[in-house]
Amino acid sequence: MNAAELLRRLGVWALGLLRGLGHSAFFFVDLVRSLPWALRRLFLTIAQIHSIGNYSLVIIAASGLAVGFVLALQGYYTLSRYGAAESLGLLVALSLVRELGPVVTGLLFAGRAGTSLTAEIGLMKAGEQLAAMEMMAVDPKERVLAPRFLAGIIAMPLLAAMFSAVGILGGYVVGVLMIGIDPGAFWSQMQNGVDAWDDVGNGIVKSVVFGIACTFVALYQGYEAQATPEGVAQATTRTVVVSSLAVLGLDFVLTALMFSAPR
Amino acid sequence: MKNDNLVQIDRVTFGYDQRVILSDITMAFPRGKVIAIMGGSGCGKTTLLRLIGGTLTPQRGTVSFDGSPVNPRDRESLYALRRRVGMLFQFGALFTDMTVFDNVAFPLREHTTLPEPMIRDLVLMKLNAVGLRGAAQLKPADLSGGMARRVALARAIALDPELIMYDEPFAGLDPISLGVAANLIRRLNDATGATSLVVSHDVHECFLISDYVYVISSGRIVGHGTPAEVQASDDPEVRQFIDGEPDGPVKFHYPAAAYGADLGLRP
Repeated sequence: MNAAELLRRLGVWALGLLRGLGHSAFFFVDLVRSLPWALRRLFLTIAQIHSIGNYSLVIIAASGLAVGFVLALQGYYTLSRYGAAESLGLLVALSLVRELGPVVTGLLFAGRAGTSLTAEIGLMKAGEQLAAMEMMAVDPKERVLAPRFLAGIIAMPLLAAMFSAVGILGGYVVGVLMIGIDPGAFWSQMQNGVDAWDDVGNGIVKSVVFGIACTFVALYQGYEAQATPEGVAQATTRTVVVSSLAVLGLDFVLTALMFSAPR
Repeated sequence: MKNDNLVQIDRVTFGYDQRVILSDITMAFPRGKVIAIMGGSGCGKTTLLRLIGGTLTPQRGTVSFDGSPVNPRDRESLYALRRRVGMLFQFGALFTDMTVFDNVAFPLREHTTLPEPMIRDLVLMKLNAVGLRGAAQLKPADLSGGMARRVALARAIALDPELIMYDEPFAGLDPISLGVAANLIRRLNDATGATSLVVSHDVHECFLISDYVYVISSGRIVGHGTPAEVQASDDPEVRQFIDGEPDGPVKFHYPAAAYGADLGLRP
């Protein structure tokens, strides 16, 4: 392969990438524009919150509990070296609320709800259901995508809050009930040390952003999927890969921004 | 004066990249008639429906509906047009998460503000017309292929469209369902005064129910006329299609190198 051929391939790749980015940006703008529609037909959105949110509760709660357990064990291991084991409650709460709650919920959401959204939309497309809707003068972006998008944005912070709450209970079980830290110290340190805006607020902002990102990726992949079994399978895989990377990437950016904000 | 033709296709050419699907097609669909568009698989029949529905834009030529051109870029007028058109997709394209009843009610609920009792009556009337009133509470997964297509037909006529487009309505149906479908198309057309456009490759059924027939082959119109006229045609491409001959103007073999050369034999 000579240099010209290499350059040509690079150009084709870069153009494809730019075209894809532009296409998805337009798709995002369309989705945001159709959000008012989802508000007007609230019952559709509520049904989606139920299927996206409620059915994800078990995996979110189970993971939250497990993370809380481990966090308490590892935290105690470190804190007890400095004689600060009483701060375990604070450590568990801050780690969960600021970081682990939103991020792990985002990753689980991509795997649990995101894949099912992609597969559902992709199969609707393969069965010509979206085309049929279009021919009935009903915009599938408004009727099908918008309620799911709004539902994802609403469900994610709620799930993240649930994750953190269950995680803190897990920390309590291990730290107080099993290791024997003083329960008063566990809760009061947490109460004094966790700030409503700086810590909880930042966590909420993160989870809302992850909700937008994950739901958008899932809907985009489903809507643009090739209308074949392989196409839907590939789109579902891409949903998990792209959403997970988006969550981790956005998390770094958001955390950096939040640290640089004046206190 | 109202134009006699509900849909007019004027010198339309369409293709993807270098591949031409339809070239220089001119057709007219008069009001109140059943028109069949026939041709082999992949000859551009479905593309024609998409051009009329405005999901595709012709490269050259115009498609007009009721005297005004179909413009896929103007969403408002396009959606106004689609409310006057019902389309039956090849496999029904029913919404699998809804019951039969909700599927038929869908266009009524989306486009009208009728009270629910009236929607219920309308839906039951449409389902009765296709013989499936008793299946109202079933899910699409519980239906046979023929039933699913009849439900889709009830949904397509829910808003009493002026034009009903059928994409391969007979494909994959057993003889009974096939007769039922053919009968329904004709009866609904005459009862509602709509114009029907049937895209199909089922020669027998199409000749039976249609008033006018177009035969398309590789993107061109090779024959048109009343069923009797087309049947009497001596155009070789029309003949091959009607008589179902394996070889003729449309070759049996996909273009390939000489057989002997492919097998490594000497010429």
